[in-house]
Amino acid sequence: MYLAKVVVTLRKSILDPQGKAVHHALGSMNMPTVQDVRIGKFIEMKIDTVTMEDAERVTAEACKKLLANPVMEDFSFSLEKIQ
Amino acid sequence: MTKLKFGVVVFPGSNCDHDAYYVMNNILQQDTRYLWHKNSSLENVNVVILPGGFSYGDYLRCGAIARFSPIMKEVISFALDGGVVIGICNGFQILCEAGLLPGALLRNAGLTFVCKFVNLRVEHANSMFTSKCRKGDVLHIPIAHGDGNYITDDATLEHLENNNQVLFRYCEPGGVLSEAANPNGSRNNIAGIINEHGNIMGIMPHPERASDPVLGHTDGQIIFCSLIQSLSHREHIHDQLVVERS
Repeated sequence: MYLAKVVVTLRKSILDPQGKAVHHALGSMNMPTVQDVRIGKFIEMKIDTVTMEDAERVTAEACKKLLANPVMEDFSFSLEKIQ
Repeated sequence: MTKLKFGVVVFPGSNCDHDAYYVMNNILQQDTRYLWHKNSSLENVNVVILPGGFSYGDYLRCGAIARFSPIMKEVISFALDGGVVIGICNGFQILCEAGLLPGALLRNAGLTFVCKFVNLRVEHANSMFTSKCRKGDVLHIPIAHGDGNYITDDATLEHLENNNQVLFRYCEPGGVLSEAANPNGSRNNIAGIINEHGNIMGIMPHPERASDPVLGHTDGQIIFCSLIQSLSHREHIHDQLVVERS
């Protein structure tokens, strides 16, 4: 069994108004060193495969087909073996 | 004149399905039925309407999960075969998620849900959805969405524009395009588009909410009446050809 941790974010080229609003709020909280904020989604999936390669293939397929929309989002993920 | 058959798809979380049904069935007197999202048949309808609402609670992304409902398999093959499909609001988001229309609908630039009447400029009358309009007409139709900010990459946008696929844009009452008239930050003020073949339309505003004279606004009717007229004409020619050949 593997645990996939997926992060989905808006593509760099797309303006993130939520990130902008949060950045603005942090600025007004006297945290001027925060230079940029991007908001995304964090998804965990337990994947029941024997090999890491298979878990990687399944995770990538889930990301491409459903978890991220390639028109507006990028994804990345990590995998760890669990019991 | 024979009535056209309209199918209104009902997803869990659809909330404009009854409005669409009522307008097509009661106001415009068409043969209308609901199509449950778990159906695997479109019941031989001429037109499929994907209504507005919050299918699957907008979980993950608007329209992302509805796109994998059993009926969408049929809707996709129907659409790719030339069948007429209209996606209103959440329906537009579902069509984009399904890849039947290009682009995507992001969170409104102002981050708030916007519910109000807008002015829509008709970009051309050479589509089955605008055939009863004139280029430049301004329609008064409401919007109600939190995620209507239409985006595409530059190449796709240029293709849409050059190919006359942009049908409606948010505008000032006189038809002038401006940033102030754009309620959600959509690129080029885009409010509604069609696919390359012109049989699939996605529109963020709600024409079905401006079609009953009792409500005081009927500009939405012109879109549905254009479609009914265009399709009836097509069916009529088809029937004539069948008669001539037999």
